[in-house]
Amino acid sequence: MIAVIDYGVGNLFSLCSSLKYVGADTVVTGDPEVIKKADKIILPGVGAFQDARKKLSVNGLDELVIEKAKSGSPVLGICLGMQMLFEESHEYGVHKGLGLIKGKVVAMKGRIPEGLDIPHMGWNALKFHNSSPIFKYINEGDCVYFVHSYFADGCDQSLIASAEYGIRITAAVQSGNVYGCQFHPEKSGNVGLKILKAFCEEDGIQ
Amino acid sequence: MITKRIIPCLDVKNGRVVKGVNFEGLNDVSDPVSLAAYYSNAGADELVFYDITASAEGRQLFTDILKEVASKIFIPLTVGGGINTLDDFDRVLKCGADKVSVNSGAIRNPQLVEEAAKKYGDQCVVLSADIKRVDGRFTVFSKGGRENTGMEAIEWIKRCVGMGAGEVVVNSIDTDGVKQGFDLEMLSAVCDAVKVPVIASGGAGGIDHFTELFKADPCVSAGLAASIFHFGEVKIQDLKKELKKNDILVRL
Repeated sequence: MIAVIDYGVGNLFSLCSSLKYVGADTVVTGDPEVIKKADKIILPGVGAFQDARKKLSVNGLDELVIEKAKSGSPVLGICLGMQMLFEESHEYGVHKGLGLIKGKVVAMKGRIPEGLDIPHMGWNALKFHNSSPIFKYINEGDCVYFVHSYFADGCDQSLIASAEYGIRITAAVQSGNVYGCQFHPEKSGNVGLKILKAFCEEDGIQ
Repeated sequence: MITKRIIPCLDVKNGRVVKGVNFEGLNDVSDPVSLAAYYSNAGADELVFYDITASAEGRQLFTDILKEVASKIFIPLTVGGGINTLDDFDRVLKCGADKVSVNSGAIRNPQLVEEAAKKYGDQCVVLSADIKRVDGRFTVFSKGGRENTGMEAIEWIKRCVGMGAGEVVVNSIDTDGVKQGFDLEMLSAVCDAVKVPVIASGGAGGIDHFTELFKADPCVSAGLAASIFHFGEVKIQDLKKELKKNDILVRL
């Protein structure tokens, strides 16, 4: 069973519909007891980093995600959920992340060329940097849907895919059983569904 | 880089898609769910649903349909029509909409743009403007293009973007329905004025008009159309292949 962590951030309708579509046994929950028993964890999120990080710490859900990740369960962070996997974020101050993946989250503003809109919003192609089980059903060059103004930097070791937006933007990362997608697989058509399906098939590390 | 987007627009009235549609392999052409699935599979990058219902029952039906569409189609959905309050935003976002388009509601109460952007983020608020030249001046019209507001369009758009609108749909009343191409002059004036994505609407009559649009103004992010897609005059895959041939970046 996959636990989609509900901590009051963002709308989980599309994510849950897409998981259901690929046939995943999913529960949307903020209950630590249910999350403890789950085989896999999906950490969603939209909005501001600090607010989301604070909400995730209620009932110790943050510690629980770290514990599950360290015990070998597959964990997938999506968008802001992915950004929270890193050591820290520089969105309106410096805030501590979960520290599951090395690197930090920084603003696009000032780093991408003038004239490019922020947020980076729309369909952009994936460039692969490393093979990953979550990409087993898709190809390099496939497009996925992004909406974000901050991105993960200093994470070369875990980088599995990037997108080009004036500079190289981190699109997806993997460190062992911990995965992150900056883009929204639940809004990326068939390509996104294939990524979710592949994640659902992951066994994790025993 | 970000691809140019092709966006079919569906007008929904009392639970049915308005305007006759005729596709091979699609039995119920006015069923919003089947049509949305058809477009999604055909390569549409986003779908826009406009609720043109007047009654409360129709509105409830619309949200039910939206929910069904959003549970089956996994590309971004924008919803417009009858959006006057934050509650309206809430209602459609809960049903799976990703973006909400405001038009007359913002003209009546411009604060709506600011409040919605603060609550849901700029990327969620789409300003849709119906614009017509009046004495050589770009003028905003409300109520589906029936009422002249007297407002200068570029100023209005700049004001809304300043309040947080994250995207602008420019619907030229002058070129709408004429099928002679998009209103490049109007679009270029808007692109010069704001730094958010601009979506062209009104005037598409064939594939060449999209090529012309993206070649003429590389700042236009997307092309929106209804009847040419609904009547099958232009197939989205053919359109995208042609754009690609012309070195315009698209998602194939």
